[in-house]
Amino acid sequence: MNINNYVHHSTGTHIDYANGILAQLLLALPFFLLLVVYIFAAFISNRRHKHWPIHRTIFWALGVLCAIAAVIGPLANRAHMDFTAHMMGHLLLGMLAPLLMALAAPMTLVLRTLNVTLARRLSNVLKSWPIRILGHPVVASCLNVGGLWLLYTTDLYAMMQRNVLLHILVHIHVFLAGYVFTVSMIYIDPMPHKSSFVCRAVVLTVALAGHSILSKYIYAHPPHGVSTEQAEMGGMLMYYGGDVIDAVLIFMLCFQWFKATRPRASVGMEQYSKVSNYNQG
Amino acid sequence: MTAGKMNLKNPSHDATSSPYLARNLWSGFLLGLGLVAFIDEAVFHQLLHWHHFYDKSTTSIGLVSDGLFHAFSWFATVGSLFMLADLRRRNALRLTRWRGGVLLGAGIFQLYDGTIQHKLMRLHQIRYNVNLLPYDLTWNIIAIGMMIAGAILIIRARNDLQPPRETHSHEHQ
Repeated sequence: MNINNYVHHSTGTHIDYANGILAQLLLALPFFLLLVVYIFAAFISNRRHKHWPIHRTIFWALGVLCAIAAVIGPLANRAHMDFTAHMMGHLLLGMLAPLLMALAAPMTLVLRTLNVTLARRLSNVLKSWPIRILGHPVVASCLNVGGLWLLYTTDLYAMMQRNVLLHILVHIHVFLAGYVFTVSMIYIDPMPHKSSFVCRAVVLTVALAGHSILSKYIYAHPPHGVSTEQAEMGGMLMYYGGDVIDAVLIFMLCFQWFKATRPRASVGMEQYSKVSNYNQG
Repeated sequence: MTAGKMNLKNPSHDATSSPYLARNLWSGFLLGLGLVAFIDEAVFHQLLHWHHFYDKSTTSIGLVSDGLFHAFSWFATVGSLFMLADLRRRNALRLTRWRGGVLLGAGIFQLYDGTIQHKLMRLHQIRYNVNLLPYDLTWNIIAIGMMIAGAILIIRARNDLQPPRETHSHEHQ
C-alpha cells in the first residue's frame, strides 16, 4: 500500500490517516469475504450438484478484485486528491465489478448451495414486492444514475472527502446501485419479475444517456474542490470508459433477445433444456 | 419482437409477410444511424481532432441531445446487427431494402447532426479556425444525397416485391 503521498496530502480538511485506513479496510473486508464465501459455496455445492462452471468463479474473482482495487490501496489513496483516479475507481467499483459479478450468477450458486428450506425462504424474499420494485429497470436506473448526479452536481463530493462515514456510504451505494442496475438489465440469475426487452432497451438507453450527459457536465462544470484540468480528464474518462462497459451490457441484452426470439421450432426445445438445466443445477 | 409474436400466432406466414419487411428496413436504418455516429466519433473526434468533446457555446438541450443520440447510436449499432442475424436465420433478409434503410438512416442522422446539433444547439462545429461554409455544405449535401439514394432503393425494393429466393441472389431485385 502506498500511503506516503496520501499522508502528505491529508493535512487540513481531508480525512486523517487513521480514519482513512479504517475506511479502506471496512470497505475492502466485505468484498474479501464475498470472494471466500463464493469459492466455499462452489466447493460445497459441487459435492451434491454438477460441477459449478469455472468461468463463473473467475468472473466473480475478477469482479471482486476490481472492487477491492477501487476501495483500498494506491488507487484509493490517489482518489482523494486526483479526480481522474477517483473516476477510475468509480468505473471499477460502480460498473466493471458489478458487471463481472453479475456474470458470475451468485444467486444461482447460493440457491443450489443452501438446503431446500432455506433456498425456498430466500427465493420468497427475492419474489417479495420490495425486491420487485428495487429490481425494476426504471427504479434501478434512477438509483444508479440519479445517485451519480447527486454526487457530482451537489456538495456531496466535497463533503465525502471530509467525512469518513459519508465516504463509506457513498462507496457502498455506488457498488450496490451498479449491481442492481446490471442485474435489472441482463438476466444471468433467475429473475422472478422480468421486464420486456423493449422496456429494458429503452430504460438502458436513457440511463446511458444520463451517464454521458453527466460526464460532459462534469467536464464543463467541475465539482467543488476539483480543478478544471482534472474535471476535464475525469469527465472524458467517465464518458469513454462508460462506453466500453455499456457496449458489453448492450451486447448481452441484445444477445438474450436474439436467443429468446429464435424461430418457433426451437423455442420449445430451448425452454425444455432451460428447465432441465434448472432442475439439475 | 412483434414480428416474432405474429409468426408464432400464424406459422403459415413466410418471409414475405410484412413484419419482416419492416424489420429489414429498421435493421438497416438503425445500422446507418449507428455507423454515422461511429464514424463521427472515430474519425472526426479521435483521428482528426476536428470536433471538440465540449464547446463553450453548447446549449444544455444540445448536451441532452448529444447524450441521448450517443447512447441510442451505441444501442442501434449492436441491436441492428442482431436484427440482421435474426433476418438471416429466418431466411427473410431483403438486401436491397436493407441497404436502402442503411443509407436513409445514415443520411437522416447526418443531416440532423449537421443542422440541428451543430448549428442550432451549437454542440460543436465540424472544424475550428477555418471558414466553415464549405465544410457545412459538404456535410449536409452528402447527408441529403444518402437520404435520396436510400429512398430510391427502398422504393425500388417495394416495386418488385417477389417471394424470397432460396439462393442469395438478392442483387437482382
